[in-house]
Amino acid sequence: MSDFEAILDAYERSGGDRHFLKSARVASLVVSGNQVLGANEVAGVHLISEELPDGVRARVIVDPGVRLETPAHLCFGVIPSEGVQRILSEFEIGAGARAEFIAHCTFPNAEHVVHRMEARIHVGPAASMTYRETHYHGESGGVEVVPKAQVTVDEGGHFATEFALTTGRVGRLDFDYVVDVAAHGVAELTTKAYGYGGDAISVKETIRLNGEGARGLAKARIAVRDRATSEVIGTTEGHAPFARGHVDCVEIVRDQATASAMPIVRVTDPQAYVTHEAAIGTVDKKELETLMARGLDEDRAVDVIIRGMLA
Amino acid sequence: MGEQATKTSAGDLLRVEGLRLERGGQEILRGVTLRIAPGQVYSLLGRNGSGKSTLAYALMGCAGYTPSAGRVLFDGQDITRLPITERARLGLTLAWQDPARFEGLKVRDYLSLGMQQPVRERMEEALAAVALAPLLYLGRTVDDALSGGERKRIELAAVYAMRPRLAVLDEPDSGIDVLSLDDIARLIRRMAGEGTAVLLITHRDEMASIADQAALMCQGEIVRVDDPQVVRDYFARRCQPCEAAEPVEPAGGAYERL
Repeated sequence: MSDFEAILDAYERSGGDRHFLKSARVASLVVSGNQVLGANEVAGVHLISEELPDGVRARVIVDPGVRLETPAHLCFGVIPSEGVQRILSEFEIGAGARAEFIAHCTFPNAEHVVHRMEARIHVGPAASMTYRETHYHGESGGVEVVPKAQVTVDEGGHFATEFALTTGRVGRLDFDYVVDVAAHGVAELTTKAYGYGGDAISVKETIRLNGEGARGLAKARIAVRDRATSEVIGTTEGHAPFARGHVDCVEIVRDQATASAMPIVRVTDPQAYVTHEAAIGTVDKKELETLMARGLDEDRAVDVIIRGMLA
Repeated sequence: MGEQATKTSAGDLLRVEGLRLERGGQEILRGVTLRIAPGQVYSLLGRNGSGKSTLAYALMGCAGYTPSAGRVLFDGQDITRLPITERARLGLTLAWQDPARFEGLKVRDYLSLGMQQPVRERMEEALAAVALAPLLYLGRTVDDALSGGERKRIELAAVYAMRPRLAVLDEPDSGIDVLSLDDIARLIRRMAGEGTAVLLITHRDEMASIADQAALMCQGEIVRVDDPQVVRDYFARRCQPCEAAEPVEPAGGAYERL
């Protein structure tokens, strides 16, 4: 089997559809280890990639005013059981453009794999970018995932991201996104992870509302069981009049797992308004008993509740 | 299942004998006894705080609602100490008065969980039975995006879809508009027509009249079992306003996190 087919198989196991990666009408980028196996540009979308000794540098440019009808698909993976993959990415979304990216990161055989993503994202004035990243890991727990991003949202821009690591063992996750939002811009960060065994989850979401009327939501949904650990720090800062922000963190803890949540709100402008809520606990008793009253055993009921929260 | 089966008199699906239950140092159920036949609609009428919901949780086996005395027999089997799941698998289920919210869980998945063989037709039938358009609701989530009334209907639809042998419905008529009462009454009769016995817990005397038999609960005891019309008249005459003393059920939510 070729490397390309192997990564496509892994991509499908992580929920992707290989047809998107083969279609000439869909912008796509396929990276296995430090090799770029495929890159497809469409009108108004440019993909510039460069192979590095331990990964890939990728530049994604969406021209001003371009409206991407079909989401761009990105696939990153490491098929061998060991390896390091560093993705240095840069996204430039031009003024008034609208683009959605669906990224699948797959490490099905990982025993000692490190995946680092260092991203710089610029969402231009009145532009919109949505970035959804889904991970598929094997059951060994031997993956270290380090996604870091610096995001700038210009006036009237919109940036939304959803990071999900809910299939297979997490291994170690060190998630760290920082978003600066200009006037009337919007940022929405959502992180979902399900850790078990000895998994360790660290999530840092920071939104700085720097312009008048900027809005932000930092949301985390984490479940841990066995001996897994989780630490979430959600920060939202209001630095301008009428900035509105919210931090929302829910963590479910079972067995000997431990979790902590630190919602941080910081306001330097008296007309800004930032709120937070955080809840850590076991599965809600009524939810659990309702499902058990339908005939589910306790473990299955807990799983249904957690999967729903992470959906 | 580790429980000794004890045969009851022929015809009883549920038999509750002298059930007593304490919470917070207070006796909430004071020797409740009742019998329900297969396919029967049995209405349990009582004011707020009379112990009706506590009885429902005790019948379902909810945590914190273990009886101190008495027993519960289901189709002849003593289920007093059985866990919830095993009771449900015998065919007993409960529709909560204030149904749970499930973040991210789709209505179609929620309905299918209790079904032996989940089929879309049955889900659509269940939603239609509670006057909800299947196309509008199957893909929605059972969370705060739904109103309390919608969640209540979906809870009833889930119970109906399950085809239990006995459904305990804890005040399905509370917090909804008068027009919806007809929908709920129709659903209950439909369930009975399909062989499901219903224990209808209510404090609305007009709902009692759809039952085959009714009982009145007061201060943790069943004080009267009779024809629904007789019990309804008695309730309207003697319980509105209440002629008895303070309610025995502690005020506030009976539920807490495990």
